[in-house]
Amino acid sequence: MFLTSQFKTTLKKNLQPLNLLPQVFLILLIIYIVYFFSKNTEINLDSRNLNFGFDFLSNNAGFDIQFSLINYDGSSSYAKSYLVGLLNTLLVAFFGIIFATILGFIVGISRLSTNWMLNKLSLIYVELFRNLPLILQIFFWYFVVIRSLPSTEKSVIILNFLIINLQGFYIPKFIFSNFVFIFYGLILALAVTFFLRYYATKVFYESAKVIPVFKIFLLLVIIFPIIFALLGDVKITIEYPKLVKNFGIFNYLGGVKLVPEFLALLFSLSLYTSAFIAENVRAGILAISKGQKEASKSLGFNNSQTLKLIVIPQALRVIIPPTTNQYLNLTKNSSLAAAIGYPDLTGVFAGTALSQTGKAIEIIFIVMMTYLTISLIISIILNWYNKKIALVER
Amino acid sequence: MKKITTNSFAILAFVATFIFATFSANANQTRENVVKRGSLNCGVSQGVPGFSNADASGKWTGIDVDVCRAIAAAVLGDATKVKYTPLSAKDRFEVLKAGDIDVLARNTTWTLSRDGGLALEFPATNFYDGQGFMIRKAANINSAKKLNNVKVCVETGTTTELNLRDYFKANKLKYEPVAFTKADEAVAAYDAGRCDVYTTDKSGLAANRTKTKNPADHIILPETISKEPLGPVVRGNDENWANIVRWTLNVMIEAEEYGITQANIDSLKTTEDPAIKRLLGLEGETGKNLSLGNTWSYNIIKQVGNYGESYEANVGPKTPVGLARGLNASWRKGGILYAPPVR
Repeated sequence: MFLTSQFKTTLKKNLQPLNLLPQVFLILLIIYIVYFFSKNTEINLDSRNLNFGFDFLSNNAGFDIQFSLINYDGSSSYAKSYLVGLLNTLLVAFFGIIFATILGFIVGISRLSTNWMLNKLSLIYVELFRNLPLILQIFFWYFVVIRSLPSTEKSVIILNFLIINLQGFYIPKFIFSNFVFIFYGLILALAVTFFLRYYATKVFYESAKVIPVFKIFLLLVIIFPIIFALLGDVKITIEYPKLVKNFGIFNYLGGVKLVPEFLALLFSLSLYTSAFIAENVRAGILAISKGQKEASKSLGFNNSQTLKLIVIPQALRVIIPPTTNQYLNLTKNSSLAAAIGYPDLTGVFAGTALSQTGKAIEIIFIVMMTYLTISLIISIILNWYNKKIALVER
Repeated sequence: MKKITTNSFAILAFVATFIFATFSANANQTRENVVKRGSLNCGVSQGVPGFSNADASGKWTGIDVDVCRAIAAAVLGDATKVKYTPLSAKDRFEVLKAGDIDVLARNTTWTLSRDGGLALEFPATNFYDGQGFMIRKAANINSAKKLNNVKVCVETGTTTELNLRDYFKANKLKYEPVAFTKADEAVAAYDAGRCDVYTTDKSGLAANRTKTKNPADHIILPETISKEPLGPVVRGNDENWANIVRWTLNVMIEAEEYGITQANIDSLKTTEDPAIKRLLGLEGETGKNLSLGNTWSYNIIKQVGNYGESYEANVGPKTPVGLARGLNASWRKGGILYAPPVR
């Protein structure tokens, strides 16, 4: 009701003749500028005998890509090379967001620690990582740290599990048979938890008894998949990376390989973004007035209940909006991958595919729309979460 | 009221500027634009010794640079009036199409899809090359047929990248490409051990080997896996300009055939040989066909030299790059350089 009346007033004001004139001009101007540039592009494309179209997407790409999550080789189409790039971007963004969030919370909370050393160390961390240009940090991890690792034949091997060398990090690959049973177990655990939560809320309101739903959930998530795995005859084979020698060239084959370009990008994006998230976390916690905690104590909540039920829910409201921005920044910053040769969306599609096809306008358009879509999806998810935890005024 | 009128006028003026301005790039006017500007905008590599490379003082030299200089000599009468723009393989065609450079002389391979599909024109070939592999001596491999499960550093957006796949696919060998946007980055990654093999055109291998920490540690494998005719590139909508570039190169090649050099060109002015007289601009009106003055070919030879001179000075056996003439010798000497007659 309030909003509508305000909107009506604004609209009325906007429609007054004196105010109308410049607004109409502005809209006409915007339409004209859009028209002008598209017409200009059309004329220039025509004059150079270039045709506009997306047919090229089904042509053979002809180039291989170093690192791909799906089955891709040079005989695949340009559309598939786009998918490879997109998945590589999402991969680094996904893990980047997880690591940056975990690191950010740890450092942000440490910034408020009463322990002098922890406090100062986290201060140095934040100031160092957020004040150096990201591209330099990427270069540092790639050209300084990773390039100084030993060569393949002199790899560092940790506990027969992690193999580290200049050409990548290798870990054993776990191959499951009948993996689907583990998945069934997980679904059952989630379903049971869902009903338990409903029941726990009811019990809490009726008899003030607290059922530790989260602890039970953790237990179920471990036990159910194990039981199902035993019942469904799930077998695990471990494939270790093997050192292979071809003349004088050494190579690790098999296992899971993490390419250095991916690692350098992941490290730098996570550390850079975590410094900003840490400050958001600190701000969020500091925003909760002391009175809230004191009131909570006087109502009989203990320390962990105060933190869980009073401080964190309120702090999250302050933390989430700026952290959304950081997630968006991380995703967009991942396009700096091209500088070190990680095959992300920008590198593969707006780079290699563009120069092989010459379809600059089409490809840049597709890539821009893709980043826009990814960003909007992240925004929508976090806005939804933000709304869910927002203060409900009664 | 007064404020609104001023605003409206400002907007009107702004719109008017847009209506009367035209951004459309002018077709068929490259020569006129170069003459008007008084300098040639030439796209070159970001540093391939012998082909296009800037020294510490910023002076560009190389066989591709000589193509730029020769065009400037033909069109402007002064080989020094060139502005160089270093470009990555990935960006080169877009920059040319956008009109920021007049000609691209950047060891670019002439292929059907580029010539036909990218609205570009390849007027001539100034270096016949082929793709090869460089590998560390310690790898103990002497043939490209023995490359298997190797990591290969390559420059992205090149025909090299495509040939690489074709080669390994055809020979049923496994490899992993590590693609960089700059040739320098690919070489540095190979040198650091990120890759086992570095691949590019053989001329580029020889040139880039000089950039490794210890050039003697690396060998170039004997196999040539592709044809790479390298040459200057222009936009496809300007025939006059394409002709100027094509015949500039033909003059350099033909001058070598007739033994005209930078040093002896003035002493040849008294010659009776009509072909030489035409190249010196003393007979016929060769320049007229290209809308150039009649001294255009004289200026090229006098200021830049013939093809052989340019080759020997930049990539020949006496230079650090050290490439034998091979295919790039005149057809009279067992090579395939064969310029149509300048007449």
